[in-house]
Amino acid sequence: MNESSPPIRLRNVTVRLGGRVILEDMSLDIPAGKVTAVMGPSGAGKTTVMRLITGQLKPDTGEVWLGDQRVDQMNSKTLNRLRRGIGVLLQNGALFTDLTCFDNVALPLREHTDLPEQLIRRLVLLKLQAVGLRGAAELYPRELSGGMNRRVAMARAIALDPSVLLYDEPFAGLDPISLGVSLRLIRSITRALHTTSVVITHDVAEVRKLADFSCIIADRRLVASGSPDTLNNSEHPLVRQFLDGQPDGPVPFHYPAPELADQLLESERRA
Amino acid sequence: MNASPSGLARLLNPIRKLGDVGLFLLTAISRMRFTALQVAETLRQVYFAGVRSLVIIVTGGFFVGLVLTLQTFDALSRFGATEAVSTILALSLFRELGPVLTTLLFAGRAGTSITAEIGLMRATEQLDALDLMAIDPMERIVQPRLIAGIIAVPALVLIFNVCAILGGLIYAVFLMGSDPITFWGNMQTIVELGRDFGHGMLKAVAFGLIAGWLAVYFGWTARPTSEGVALATTQTVIATAISILVLNFVLSAFML
Repeated sequence: MNESSPPIRLRNVTVRLGGRVILEDMSLDIPAGKVTAVMGPSGAGKTTVMRLITGQLKPDTGEVWLGDQRVDQMNSKTLNRLRRGIGVLLQNGALFTDLTCFDNVALPLREHTDLPEQLIRRLVLLKLQAVGLRGAAELYPRELSGGMNRRVAMARAIALDPSVLLYDEPFAGLDPISLGVSLRLIRSITRALHTTSVVITHDVAEVRKLADFSCIIADRRLVASGSPDTLNNSEHPLVRQFLDGQPDGPVPFHYPAPELADQLLESERRA
Repeated sequence: MNASPSGLARLLNPIRKLGDVGLFLLTAISRMRFTALQVAETLRQVYFAGVRSLVIIVTGGFFVGLVLTLQTFDALSRFGATEAVSTILALSLFRELGPVLTTLLFAGRAGTSITAEIGLMRATEQLDALDLMAIDPMERIVQPRLIAGIIAVPALVLIFNVCAILGGLIYAVFLMGSDPITFWGNMQTIVELGRDFGHGMLKAVAFGLIAGWLAVYFGWTARPTSEGVALATTQTVIATAISILVLNFVLSAFML
């Protein structure tokens, strides 16, 4: 494990957004140099965890630590310095559509380094080679498939050799081949760069193949954490509903509503 | 009578919005940086906003000049004063019509495109991606488009005026048989470079700032949905048109 890949710690974090409590008094430890999967049902607050780590969101209470740096107390200048060491793959890649794949990957290098253009060219080609898209360097994102776009975004995320890599739903909507490629890339990049990788996902099957450590967030808090096998053996009802994909359980199938009979009778009375 | 809280909120909303628009401009100005990358991006935006608006500006200018001369010529011919047509054409173009109409056309063509682009960048997480790469989106996205408006609109006003005078020349001289020497001579004698042309160009710079500013503001604050982006582009055109028409009156009153 690389000394520079830091562990991530959330301590008693509470986040309220638009009057709604998203996370409540939640603590989470993400080990350094490993692939950690943060899972949970839609709307459980997985992406909020990512936004806390990158400092895009400050918790109402609690602490967010990246190594020995407290993220939630940083000003924008220190936060920007921190972010140069964090690579983020957003859900849809978020490539700049008016730039070629080459220029997309070169962007962070041009902005944050004084490297000569020739060296930037070499680095970009190496990053694109790592994701198998060196041949697509001069193409625009619109000329590539969704899976390829995400691979270019992955090359951009590792452009500055970050010590932390965050992946937001990297498997959503991918065909089996692209999914396999993404899995292999996340594993190989984590190993090659010795990064602390966090994968935000609800893809249970893929997490079993990929993660060293996984956790499930539901009902505003951390309900389980450990190795994928430990989670698999958990008897916690929320964990079981999530892992087994049961439509009803602690997370209800129905959106809160009055009794059906009452509502039907009410409609009849009005008619 | 006490205003209800929702009524009061509705009353205060436009004021809050005005403050928000003002703060947005102050933030954009306070974060301005002039690196080689920024200058290159600004020039690219001048091309997108300015050069790509040329067709509508050239066509609009030519036909405005043509129809303005047609109506003026008809009115003046009743008093036997058709030789004044070029003076009226030039003064109305340089002082009022050039800056106002060019900015309105610019808002419809380039302003909406800037708003939609930034709105879609927000919807597709491109602004988030910049922020996460420690690149200030205000500096990288807003600043070049704002400056592009300030550069492009005055240049387009010049082109609009030239095309309008050309339209007027064609109607008055080639179609109605006016003397070309009188046409140009009267224009040069009466129109003052500083007072008439200069004031018009000052207006063009102010209008360019407003058109660019409102376009980036509404794009920046657009809801990240297709409906939100559509609403933002409409707001850009309406807000720019109203601001330009009001400001034009105020500036004209001061510059007289």
